[in-house]
Amino acid sequence: MKIVRITINGKEIKAQEGQTVLELAGKNNIEIPTLCFHPDLESKAGCRLCLIEIKGKKGMHTACSTKAEQGMEIITDSPKIQKARKTNLELIFSQHREECDDCVWYEKCRMLRMAREYGLKITRFSDRKKNFPCHQFGPSIVFDTSKCIDCRNCVEVCQKQGVKFFDIEEKDSFFEVFPTKDKRRDCIYCGQCLAHCPVGAFESVGEYEDIEKPFEDKSKVIVVQFAPAIRTSIGEEFGMKPGEVVTDKLVAAIRKLGVDKVFDVSVGADFTTMEEAKELMEKIKKGKGACLSSCCPSWVKFVEFYYPEFIHCIATTRSPHIILGALIKTYWAKNEKIDPKNVKVISIMPCTSKKYEVERDELIIEGSKPVDYVMTTRELARLLKKRNIDLKTIKPEPADHPLGIPSGAGVIYGVTGGVAESALRTAYYMITGKNLKNVNLKSVRGMEGIKKAEIKAKGFKARMAVVTGTGNAEIILKELQKNPKAYDAVEVMACPGGCIGGGGQPLPSTPEIRRQRAEALYQIDAKKKLRLAHENPIVKKIYKELLNNKKITHKICHTKYFKKSREVKI
Amino acid sequence: MPYQDIISKLKKSGLKGRSGSGFPTGLKWESVKNAKAKKKYIICNAAEGEPEVFKDDFILKNYPEKVIEGIKIALKTIDHSSAYFYINKNYFKKYGVKLKKLIGKLPIEIFQKKTEFGAYIGGEETSIIESIEGKRAEPRKKPPHPTQVGLFNYPTLVNNVETFYYVSKIAEGKYENTRFYSVSGEVKNKGVFELPEDLTVKKVLEQTGNWPSFDFFAQIGGGAEGEIFLPQELDTSIQYLASIIIFNKETTDLYGLMGKWVDFLMKGNCDKCVPCREGLYRIREMIDKNKIEKETLDDLFLVLEETSFCPLGRGSTAPFKSLINKVLK
Repeated sequence: MKIVRITINGKEIKAQEGQTVLELAGKNNIEIPTLCFHPDLESKAGCRLCLIEIKGKKGMHTACSTKAEQGMEIITDSPKIQKARKTNLELIFSQHREECDDCVWYEKCRMLRMAREYGLKITRFSDRKKNFPCHQFGPSIVFDTSKCIDCRNCVEVCQKQGVKFFDIEEKDSFFEVFPTKDKRRDCIYCGQCLAHCPVGAFESVGEYEDIEKPFEDKSKVIVVQFAPAIRTSIGEEFGMKPGEVVTDKLVAAIRKLGVDKVFDVSVGADFTTMEEAKELMEKIKKGKGACLSSCCPSWVKFVEFYYPEFIHCIATTRSPHIILGALIKTYWAKNEKIDPKNVKVISIMPCTSKKYEVERDELIIEGSKPVDYVMTTRELARLLKKRNIDLKTIKPEPADHPLGIPSGAGVIYGVTGGVAESALRTAYYMITGKNLKNVNLKSVRGMEGIKKAEIKAKGFKARMAVVTGTGNAEIILKELQKNPKAYDAVEVMACPGGCIGGGGQPLPSTPEIRRQRAEALYQIDAKKKLRLAHENPIVKKIYKELLNNKKITHKICHTKYFKKSREVKI
Repeated sequence: MPYQDIISKLKKSGLKGRSGSGFPTGLKWESVKNAKAKKKYIICNAAEGEPEVFKDDFILKNYPEKVIEGIKIALKTIDHSSAYFYINKNYFKKYGVKLKKLIGKLPIEIFQKKTEFGAYIGGEETSIIESIEGKRAEPRKKPPHPTQVGLFNYPTLVNNVETFYYVSKIAEGKYENTRFYSVSGEVKNKGVFELPEDLTVKKVLEQTGNWPSFDFFAQIGGGAEGEIFLPQELDTSIQYLASIIIFNKETTDLYGLMGKWVDFLMKGNCDKCVPCREGLYRIREMIDKNKIEKETLDDLFLVLEETSFCPLGRGSTAPFKSLINKVLK
C-alpha cells in the first residue's frame, strides 16, 4: 500500500492511498458532520454535508468519497462550507417531516444536533413530503415515507441481505424509495433498514404508542424474559459505553416496572442447545444433508420464502425465548400453581423479527402462545426512561429462580457463531461422554460474514459454516444446491454480527459498536464457571421432571415450517 | 498501420470534446491507449437530450459513415478494445437500421438509452457507463476517471458523435477547425450549420441569416443549462455546447421559460444528491409563485454550484442566474 501525505486544516497526516478524508479526519480527531454515511455501506455522497475544500480544486467536495492523494491540502471548515452545510441541511429538513418526540433517534438525532450547531431554521422550507404515506411490513416494521431523505441506505442494506424489498420509482419528477409490489419478494423483518436509516424513517411496530400496553393488565401474572444480546447493549441508551455489561441492573430495572418475575432467555438458549445438538448429531448420522440453524426468525422466513427447497433442512428446535416461554407457562406455572392462562410472558429482544415470530400459529401450546408480547431493546429503554428508572444508577439484582441462571453458552447466543459454539460444546459431550478441555471454539468466533470450520471428535466429523447476513447465507445455500454435502451444519443470523446488531438494538449500529457488544458477551461467558448447557442444573432438572419423553419434548421444544407466499401487503 | 499517428494528429488539431465539457480529445485518447489493462472500451455518446440541441441528430442523418469511421479509428488505435454506440431511443428509431448496416462486423454494439431513469443525466459519461453495466443511470464519483477505470472497470474512452465525426476528418487531413451549431428559437432559418469554431455568436447568426430584427436575448449552450446572453454580449465564440436559441425579449414569458427549464432538470436528474433534488424543487416553487426571493435563491445557487454531485447540478444555475440578472431584473 502506497503511503501519501496530506494536510487537513494544516495538520500533516500520513495516509494510505485509498483511505477517505472522512476516515483520516476521524482518526485524527477532526470532526466532519455526516448523515447518509454508514460504515457498513458504500459511500453514496448524497446528503452533501461532509463538505470539504481541496486546495486547487473547484467547488466543494465530500469527505466520505474523497480519497487521499499525495499533497492534498484539505480544509474542513470555512464560512463558505458552513453556509453550504446549513442550506443543504435546511433542504434535508424540507423533505423530512419532523416527528422528533416519536423517533428512534430521539435525543441522538444528528440532524437536530447539526441544526443547533449551524443555527439554522429547520422549517425554512415547507415539508415536501407531508402527505406521503406510511407502510407497515407485517407485525414488525413501519416505514414512514414522509421522513425519508432519499439516501437509499435501506435499499442497499436490503439488497445486501438478498431480500431486495425496496424499489426506486419515479413519481412526480422524483425518484422515491418504495417497498416493492413484486410478489416474488417479501420482507424478512430483520430491521436492518431501520438500523441503517439515518433519520428514523423506520421504526418497529408499536415502537412508541404501545410500550406501556403489555404491562397494563394487572390481573395477569407478568413474567418478563430478556434476550442474551441485550445485556451488553441497552446501557448505551443510558449513556454507558457499548459493551458495558448490565445484566443485573437490567433485571432490577425491569422489576421496578412492577412485574412479577424476571427470567433470562439465555436459560431458554441452554434448552435450544440441548435439542439442536441432538438434531445435529442425528442428521449427521443419517447423512441427510445440512442442518440449518433455527433461532433467527428472519433467516427462517428467508428460507421459507426464497429457498423453500431447504425447509426440510432447518432444525425443528424452537428459538430460546419460545422454549422458555413454553416452560414458563407449563413447568413453572404448574409448580407455582398458577393457571397458565393467567400468565403473560413478555420478551425483551434485540430484534424486530421476533414480533413476527410470536404470531406464528404453529407455536401455540394448549391454546396459549408461549410468548404474548415482544418488546425491543429500544422500546424497553424508552419505557424505563419514561418511568424515570435510570439503568446507570440502579442497584443490581439477580434474575429470579428457577429460570434466571444460564450457562455461558446460553449467553453467547447473542453473537454470530454463538449458537454453533454452544451446540458444539454440548455435542462433543454427547458423542464422547467427556467435556471439551478448551471450550473456547475460536474458529467460529469473529465478525466475518462467512466463517468455515471443521470439527472432529471420536470418528465424528462436522463441516460447519457460520454466517451473518442473509445475503451471505445465500452464497452458502447456492453451494448446498450444487453439493448437498458441502456442509453438515450451517448457523445463520440475519443481522450483522448476530443479534447484537439486531434491528431492535440501540442506534447507531456500527462495526465497532457491534464488536464491543460481542466481546462483552464472550467476557461474560469466560468469567462463568458454568459454561456448558448440559451442565446447567435447571436444564438437568427440567429434563428429568418434564422433558422426559419424546412427545412432550417435541411439543415444547420443536416446531415446523411452511413454504410462504408474500405476507406484506402494500 | 494507417492510423499510427492519429493521437499526435488529434493533439495538433487542438480538437476538444464536443459534448460540452471541452476536454482535449488527443489527451483523452492517449490516456486510454496508455492505460495498462487486458481490455478497453470505447463509447460513442449519441444520447443527445437537451431541449433545442439537435446537432448529433443532424450528423447521424447526414454523415453516419464518418461517425462510424471515427469509432473504427479508435478501435484500431486502442488495443484490445470493443465499442458501444449509446443512442437515445428516438435516434435509434430514425437511424438504427442504417447504423447497423454501417457497423457490419465491427465490434460495435448499439445500446439504447433507457428512459425509465433520469432522462437527461443518462447522457453524462459515467451515467452511460452505469447504464450499460445494467445499473441505474447515475453519475459516478470522479476520480477515478473513466479513462482509467470505466466500463466494467476497464479503461474507457467516451466521446460524442460530433467528436468521432471530426476524428475521421482529422485522419483524412480534412479538418478545418469547424463545428456544428444548432440554431433555433425565434429565428427565420432554424437548423444545424457547420462553421468555424472561433466564429463569434453574432457572426454565426449573421452568416446563417438569423440575426433578429427585434430586441432579443440568446441562450447559449443548450436549452436547459445554457446561459443567457444579451445582443451586445455576442461578440464571443462558444467554448462549450454549440447551441444558440433566440428569444424575443418583449414577448417571452420569462417565468414560463424558467418553469420549462426547471421541469426539464427535475425530470432529467437522478435525485441522488440533496442540492439538485431539493434545491431545484425549491426554485420551481418560487417560479410557480412568480416570486423570486433573492436571499433564498442565492443560498440555493451556492449549494447547487458548489456542492452538487455532478455537472448537471453544478451547471443548473447558469440559465436562471443569467436570466434573472440580465433580463428579469
